[in-house]
Amino acid sequence: MFEVTTTHFLVVSFLLFTIGLFGIAARKNMITVLMSIELVLNSVNINLIAFSYHLSDLTGQIFSIFTITVAAGEAAVGLGILIALYRLRETTTLDQAAELKG
Amino acid sequence: MDFLTSYGADLLFYLFALLAVVGALGVVTLRNPMYGALSLLVTFLAVAALFLLRSAEFVGIVQIFVYAGGIMVLFLFVIMLVNLHKLPQLKLFGGQSLIVAVLAILLFAFFAYFFLQAELGPEHVRPEVFVTARGEALGNSQAVAWNLYTQHLLPFEIASVFLLVAMIGAVVLGRRQ
Repeated sequence: MFEVTTTHFLVVSFLLFTIGLFGIAARKNMITVLMSIELVLNSVNINLIAFSYHLSDLTGQIFSIFTITVAAGEAAVGLGILIALYRLRETTTLDQAAELKG
Repeated sequence: MDFLTSYGADLLFYLFALLAVVGALGVVTLRNPMYGALSLLVTFLAVAALFLLRSAEFVGIVQIFVYAGGIMVLFLFVIMLVNLHKLPQLKLFGGQSLIVAVLAILLFAFFAYFFLQAELGPEHVRPEVFVTARGEALGNSQAVAWNLYTQHLLPFEIASVFLLVAMIGAVVLGRRQ
């Protein structure tokens, strides 16, 4: 009855995905939004690893390494943009970065 | 003891799944981004444990190194760099947050409904797949490396170019004018 199957991992993955999506869309602080993006990418990784185990196929693990790579690059560039925005506006609130030409 | 030997891995799954979800909720609800970052750290470590439970030892350790070690330090540096004194009087959520919450719950219900209905097929797990490289049982790192460097070499090289581009972009964005 307690036995953990792939579906359990998928439910955890869905929970992290929807929580992250809520954070991306609802929060106003850009740092928190970037952290929510990391949550979403992590949930994708859980999905990949769960199905890799389910299908006994190593390719899911390989793909999750690439996801981690992209997440690292995204975090570096996103935080660089955040620093540039903070130099320009003295704020990290997304609503105050609504102009195309500063 | 009998219970632990037969259900230990399952109990560990429930523990770490709970930690991951609680940490994620902390990220999106805590006001101070510093607490949010530490909450995110809990999620990262719990997810790494979930990877270990599914025979992905290498990816689990990489998760700890890259996320808990690298990305988390980056976040903490940036949080300390920007001035967060004005935070208390700011609103936490935007005006659309209620709609977003309802949509997120609906999306979760949609996912859960379809995947609980779906027949995923029996788990025919062959654990030896995850440790076999060149036909020998060497270990998970060797298996991942062998697979990566023989069958997925081109994406690997593209990832290295991607990291170079991201590094240059971050340096250019972060430098003083």
